[in-house]
Amino acid sequence: MKNVLVVDDSPMIRRIAKKILEELNFKTIEAEDGQKALDAVNVAMPDAILLDWNMPVMDGLEFLINLRQLPNGASPKVLFCTTESDVKHITRAMQAGADEYIMKPFNKQIVKSKFEEVGLC
Amino acid sequence: MSTHAFAALQAFLLKSSGLSLDKEKLYLVEARLTPVIQQAGLSGLPDLVARLDADKGLAKKVTEAMTVNETFFFRDRLPFEGFRTAALPALLKARAQNRRLRIWSAACSTGQEPYSLAMILDEEARALTGWSVDIVATDIAETVLKRAKEGVYTHFEVQRGVPMPHLVRYFTKRRDQWAVNPTIKGRIDFRQQNLMSDFSHLGQFDVIFCRNVLIYFAPDQKRDVLARIAQRLAPDGYLVLGAAESVIGYSNEFKPHPDNRIVLTRRGAPEPAAVSALPPLTSRLAQLPAPAAAVALERFRTASLGQARETK
Repeated sequence: MKNVLVVDDSPMIRRIAKKILEELNFKTIEAEDGQKALDAVNVAMPDAILLDWNMPVMDGLEFLINLRQLPNGASPKVLFCTTESDVKHITRAMQAGADEYIMKPFNKQIVKSKFEEVGLC
Repeated sequence: MSTHAFAALQAFLLKSSGLSLDKEKLYLVEARLTPVIQQAGLSGLPDLVARLDADKGLAKKVTEAMTVNETFFFRDRLPFEGFRTAALPALLKARAQNRRLRIWSAACSTGQEPYSLAMILDEEARALTGWSVDIVATDIAETVLKRAKEGVYTHFEVQRGVPMPHLVRYFTKRRDQWAVNPTIKGRIDFRQQNLMSDFSHLGQFDVIFCRNVLIYFAPDQKRDVLARIAQRLAPDGYLVLGAAESVIGYSNEFKPHPDNRIVLTRRGAPEPAAVSALPPLTSRLAQLPAPAAAVALERFRTASLGQARETK
């Protein structure tokens, strides 16, 4: 079973994402900001990360840039999951090494489609 | 709904669109025809069915409501990768003299299928320099064709199948929606066409996508449509069906591609090259060496800036 780290400061979004991902046969772990996500990946690198953009302490983009510099940081598939839905943000995410981009609000079909796109579904 | 009214609706749909409606689909009838009934101010399904013969406008609305099917970009992936990795290379070789390709997206619904094909062709632009490529996209329903021609999709629609780099490259955001860029839109010739009617005027095609349509047809209609599709397909052309569809029992004109049963070739055509393990659509970008990937990203960025200007 593949592991997905869900990073979002909203407990409700984490709960919805966790439910969908578990229905898709993923095991989930959670973090509420980029710094806590960095702490989590330093303990165990997940197979994928569902990543919010705007969070306190450390935002998603900064987390991603830090992640990709870690020794095993290139391996997880990173899927942004954010209300930021303009081309500028999507392009910045791509340049920072994101693998896919989910625009909120999302549903199970979208999550499934995006995880298929990165080869995990 | 009375047995008589249901039988009348069954007969009407079979004649008007080839749609085979069994009793298990009663839920579909209610879900799709209730808005038509309300809009026309009718008392219910029996009332609607009773007016079908006399009211052509109403009959058209019923046909459209019952034949609109779900679609999304790069649906099922495998057919599109089969198109890219098997059909296209073989056809580029076979048509090297006249440099012309014709593709038909039959029953294109709201346009996601032909736009997906157009995106693939754009990615293969280098190999297609100097070629004339036609994409003809047809559907029975005017309402969905109108949407297809507009090429404007919601967040939900683009996120079902459009990979992130394709979204940035081929769409422009307009408020909360995404519009297909003119370069992609301009490649497609949208036309209304009922598959039950003669479609020989559309001409000859090298690739025909007819996906998730035949499953709704009665056996006789299936045989008839497949026979006429075979006449429209070049002897070395490709027919692409839906994931749950097969020609077995309905046509002897086609045989499955060795590695991709969804992609069919004409019987008697040369053995096509095998399709190797299919990577996700965006993997080609990921496989580029770092500087090339950076250039590709830069192209997307520049394109997106251009799009932003266009919308002002």
